[in-house]
Amino acid sequence: MSTRQILASVGLAGALSAAVITGAHAASARDHISIVGSSTVYPFATVVVEQFGKTTSFKTPKVESTGSGGGLKLFCAGVGVQHPDITNASRRIKSSEVKMCEKNGVKGIIEVKIGYDGIAIANSKKATQFKLSRKDIFLALALKIPGPDGKLINNPHKTWKDVNPSLPNTKIEVLGPPPTSGTRDAFNELAMGGGAKKIADLKKLRGLAQGSPEIKTLMEKLGIPMSVYTAYEQKKGKAPKGKDIFKQAAYAIREDGAFIEAGENDNLIVQKLEANPNALGVFGFSFLDQNLDKVQGSIVDGVAPSFDTIADNTYPISRPLFFYVKKAHVGVIPGMAEYLAEFTSDKAWGDEGYLSERGLIPMPTAERAKFAKDAKNLTSLMMK
Amino acid sequence: MSNTASKSGNKARTIDIVYAGLRKRKAAERRFQLYGKLAIGLGLLFLSLLFGSIVANGYTAFVQTYMQIEVYIDPDRIDPEGKREVKELSRADYGGLVKATLRDMFPEVQSRREKRQLYRLVSTGASYQIREQVLQNPDLIGQKISLWVPADDEIDMLMKGHIDRKSAEEDRRVKDNQIAWVDRLLSEGRIEKRFNTIFFTAGDSRDPELAGIWGAASGSFFTLIVTLLLSFPIGVAAAVYLEEFAPRNKFTDLIEVNINNLAAVPSIVFGLLGLAVFINFFGMPRSAPIVGGLVLTLMTLPTIIIASRAALKSVPPSIREAALGIGASPMQTVIYHVLPLAMPGMLTGTIIGMAQALGESAPLLMIGMVAFIVDIPQGAFDPSTVLPVQIYLWADSPERAFVERTSAAIMVLLGFLITMNALAVMLRKRFERRW
Repeated sequence: MSTRQILASVGLAGALSAAVITGAHAASARDHISIVGSSTVYPFATVVVEQFGKTTSFKTPKVESTGSGGGLKLFCAGVGVQHPDITNASRRIKSSEVKMCEKNGVKGIIEVKIGYDGIAIANSKKATQFKLSRKDIFLALALKIPGPDGKLINNPHKTWKDVNPSLPNTKIEVLGPPPTSGTRDAFNELAMGGGAKKIADLKKLRGLAQGSPEIKTLMEKLGIPMSVYTAYEQKKGKAPKGKDIFKQAAYAIREDGAFIEAGENDNLIVQKLEANPNALGVFGFSFLDQNLDKVQGSIVDGVAPSFDTIADNTYPISRPLFFYVKKAHVGVIPGMAEYLAEFTSDKAWGDEGYLSERGLIPMPTAERAKFAKDAKNLTSLMMK
Repeated sequence: MSNTASKSGNKARTIDIVYAGLRKRKAAERRFQLYGKLAIGLGLLFLSLLFGSIVANGYTAFVQTYMQIEVYIDPDRIDPEGKREVKELSRADYGGLVKATLRDMFPEVQSRREKRQLYRLVSTGASYQIREQVLQNPDLIGQKISLWVPADDEIDMLMKGHIDRKSAEEDRRVKDNQIAWVDRLLSEGRIEKRFNTIFFTAGDSRDPELAGIWGAASGSFFTLIVTLLLSFPIGVAAAVYLEEFAPRNKFTDLIEVNINNLAAVPSIVFGLLGLAVFINFFGMPRSAPIVGGLVLTLMTLPTIIIASRAALKSVPPSIREAALGIGASPMQTVIYHVLPLAMPGMLTGTIIGMAQALGESAPLLMIGMVAFIVDIPQGAFDPSTVLPVQIYLWADSPERAFVERTSAAIMVLLGFLITMNALAVMLRKRFERRW
């Protein structure tokens, strides 16, 4: 390589850099909406975003899939163009998160519920369909279950038949989402918690108020070590409610290989179920809906997951989906009000809207009207 | 001499030993080579399996099913007041036009449920296509135009055989009556598979038939330009100083150890660093190629420095001595004699570093480049994503048609990587000098 060649390449590099810099605008004023949050809401939000970008003069908003918790953390970091305007969540915002928001100056938050999503427990079409109850799910997957004397013991169940004689004699093998996922939160609360409630002592524990002396007696009866109680006191600075202890007992999932964390990729779970007819998988309803030729949803408490059973709330494992809007950014970032109007229009989230085609289960008309009104009037969220 | 004489008596025996063992030695030799061949064979087998499955999954994505429809651009629907204002025209209900066209084509469809199924034959992209045509040429209003529009992704899957016609109706997303309509259109010659230009020219979309990789490819381009512009000069300058000028002491040893260490640090760590420094501290925009480029610069710098130092080391000292001997200054020696000879090696290292950066997605996760972005980025400050992230996002999408698009995007990425690595090999072959 001669000197001239080197000079030529340096010149080329310079020209390219000039091209990059002229193409760059000042980043101080953002002209697109920035959305973060749940990977469950992501497939719905992106459809609205695309529709919005193509039918209005505004730029197409940007949607990041960060998980519900991660999204709220970014959302609550402050007010200003470097922070996101909207966060999607597959669960309701927690009061601790509202406090964090307030501390960072994010005062007005508009809550918009967009519809429902069911969580399917599915297996391959090659195997027989499972008929489960939530109690079966709890007894199969909980880390500790009540033994013969009522004390919690390590889960001894190896096959589904051990759990319930009417179930097939196959090894318990469930592929599910990792703890960072909103789907896992909802599965814990609705399926595991719902199943644990069917056990009398655990149900009683759940109903006890903070500081009730019965908590400790029940814990002793169930064989839960007192360290759980004291650890909670130390961490939160207050005595636990019965429900707090219940959560720790009911939401812990076994770690001996019966429950396999399969990552956030639901398509991967579907593929693995196809390859292994003995396994069950836990994922969002929209993936079941798209893969009905490969997998079938198990019947839970007598109800099969379908569009209708989730919409009328008879399927027990379903949850609402939300997004949260930073009020201070409305009117500052172009297109915020119009985006809210698009999302809350009937052609998007209505019974026959384009979101229902993607697997979002619409809310009843009255509920839709309420949230559409809140979004229009920018009514701030009030935490009880 | 006396040694050979004393051994000459044993000569016959030595040769016997050699002969006796020869067979075994030759067999061992053959076995040894066989192991090597087996290893290569196994490698090739896995490679062909990988490529084979990607190509088998993805080649169908390069064609797309199109449908011919005759749309009457109804003035009552589009522009009832007849003012031809751009603002009114851009907001009009073009989806309604498509639906009306479909109803005209299949007048026997009456029930609400069936109508909805009928509307699903055509992609939502059809209405955008009509909108664009009308905006470009408002004279079309009131005329009937014939258009080839993309079919819906599910019809596309049916045409490509990814949906089994024979399976039970409730297991299929395409229902029996939809298949009947498609067959009728087929017999009329109104359905055709064409080269999928959308895939190469569009940005991301949630409708598989409208999704393309151009947005991600542009994002990758801007990110790599930033990376190249920063990492090449910095890397070469660091390597030249360390190799040619720096004194050898504990401090430079420490630097060397650290550079080698950094080359082995997992890339996600650079992403975390980028988030903390560039976004949180300097307040740079999230999801922008400029930040991605900065992070990838940090990641590729060690590779480039190490390769550049190796290239400088391979320049024989006699070149330097000769230059210094005829009166060149150390700087002149480096710039006019050492650098030109080391340049091919440095460029090879840089290209390999760039190829590595092109395939990286983990560090970009932290700085918000894993995002759904429809608009094609126009510069290094626009929000954008990159090719490997696009692959990840599509692999995670529920729609079946994204499976083949994922594989197709992998093929495109592999194409870029092969080109870059071939360029590196070519540069080395063409300019490398051996001493």
